[in-house]
Amino acid sequence: MNTLVLIKQVPDTEAKINVAAGKISEAGIKWTISPYDEIALEEAIRMKEKSGGTVTALAVGDDSVQNALRSAFAMGADIAIHVKVDGYQMLDSFGIAKAIAGAIEGSDYKVVLAGRQGSDSDNGQVPLILATLKGWGCVSFAKKVEVSGDKAVIECEADGGEAVYEASLPVVITANAGLNEPRYPSLKGIMASKKKPIESKTANIAAETKIEVIGFEPPPARPAGRTIDGADAAEKAKALVKALREEIKAI
Amino acid sequence: MAKILAVGEIAGGVLKKASRETTSVGKKLGGSVSTVLIGSGAAAGAAEVAKHGADTVYVGEIDTYNGEAYAKAIADLVKSKGYEIVILPHSWIGRDISPRIATLLNTGVISDATEISMDGDRVKIRKPVYSGKAFVNLKLKSSPQVVTIRPNAHPIADAAGAGKVENITVDASAAKAKQVKFEAKGGTRVSLTEADIVVSGGRGIKGPENFPLIEQLADILGAGVGATRAVVDAGWCDHTLQIGQTGQTVSPNLYIAVGISGAIQHMAGMGSSKYIVAINKDPDAPIFKVATYGVVDDLFNVLPPLKDELKAALGK
Repeated sequence: MNTLVLIKQVPDTEAKINVAAGKISEAGIKWTISPYDEIALEEAIRMKEKSGGTVTALAVGDDSVQNALRSAFAMGADIAIHVKVDGYQMLDSFGIAKAIAGAIEGSDYKVVLAGRQGSDSDNGQVPLILATLKGWGCVSFAKKVEVSGDKAVIECEADGGEAVYEASLPVVITANAGLNEPRYPSLKGIMASKKKPIESKTANIAAETKIEVIGFEPPPARPAGRTIDGADAAEKAKALVKALREEIKAI
Repeated sequence: MAKILAVGEIAGGVLKKASRETTSVGKKLGGSVSTVLIGSGAAAGAAEVAKHGADTVYVGEIDTYNGEAYAKAIADLVKSKGYEIVILPHSWIGRDISPRIATLLNTGVISDATEISMDGDRVKIRKPVYSGKAFVNLKLKSSPQVVTIRPNAHPIADAAGAGKVENITVDASAAKAKQVKFEAKGGTRVSLTEADIVVSGGRGIKGPENFPLIEQLADILGAGVGATRAVVDAGWCDHTLQIGQTGQTVSPNLYIAVGISGAIQHMAGMGSSKYIVAINKDPDAPIFKVATYGVVDDLFNVLPPLKDELKAALGK
């Protein structure tokens, strides 16, 4: 069974994000695979180790996203597809999903895995848009995935509890934190990843873009807080309750 | 005046707060607002959303949640009635159905608005990105406009609405993925995303035997209970309580962080809280940078007198 994993390259979670003139300044940012996509990739590799088939990693963006695809090779992906687009915008979910749909036209993937959201946009839209464009099912926030025969059984987090889904194939599944613990690439994997060919495709998504980015802003400064003083913990507790009741009237 | 469809949520005949929020936001944007409620006992919520300005309340009765079926029913409604703007909560369900609805309507979706307004006939939103390290202002170029709003972050207002009930059909029989089992978790406490107050525990509580301290404090306040990823990963509480980038996003009026250092991934899940209290013995913990009130002390010394003071103040 062949599996596709959607990879998004994002700034490292610890990266400092600077905004200048309504734009994100990319200087000094270290880029990585979005952490949830890494979980999706790990799951696909485990499926392959169990039942065979191939794992294809796919990323949309400019040439820089080939770094994320090299990392995917290092973890254990067999095939990498770079869908090159001009004017990539990380929030343009519809354009990105269209580019992916075009790139995988005619392929035989039974399962498409992706992270539940990109850690940059926090949107979580691309997998659902792709599934809807293709007429496939999509199960979000998976915690456990079992594929057997022509169906997948997916345990996932849901509103107020946990749900189990049964889906026909092909199916798009988004990985929640806790689905697995992604492996570290081996040294051998890292070395081999440098030589593997990346399949290149192009897509013109400018006409598909449905959003207009007006501009980025730094987060607003929170109003200055204060330390609750007191001789001991009991006094501080008393002063805190007084502040909550009388100053902000929150209780 | 725009024709707006607010998407509400209901289960077991109990209306979710988000239904009032989407309907109120629709009225605030200045259109004629109708609300769609899909779920079990959906009809029971019709009169309630009318109080927030819903002219027509579309009611779709279905026992089990199904993203494909919900999305198709709502997209069909938008097409047949000509709605121009669709407002959903950025909840579990809203996140799952909004991209599907938009795609069925060949339009885009902008999500998790912490602020929303009209710019001419376009909806303009502001939302956090990069774990709250930046914000972005966005509009859609395409129509209809599908937008999700952050739960608990928008005011609920009363407004007159006719509340005319129309039944719609929601049919999951053709869905490619179907829910076959559901197990409720989290007990009887107020849901995290709807709570006015959230009490949350971090690694500072040291072990699962101390998690009840967090729960007791929450119960005195009638608050929701949350935890950091470290606490969840260690198995000290149920994972449904996790707040942060990989868990739930909450926007309560008051967030009480107990023994939480304030990692960026955690802040992404609670940074839009109005007031933040931090109790931590480490004065350098990043959480103090965002705290309205910081208590620098050992939580095990602070919580017992804090519980007593709160009980006395609230007459419990």
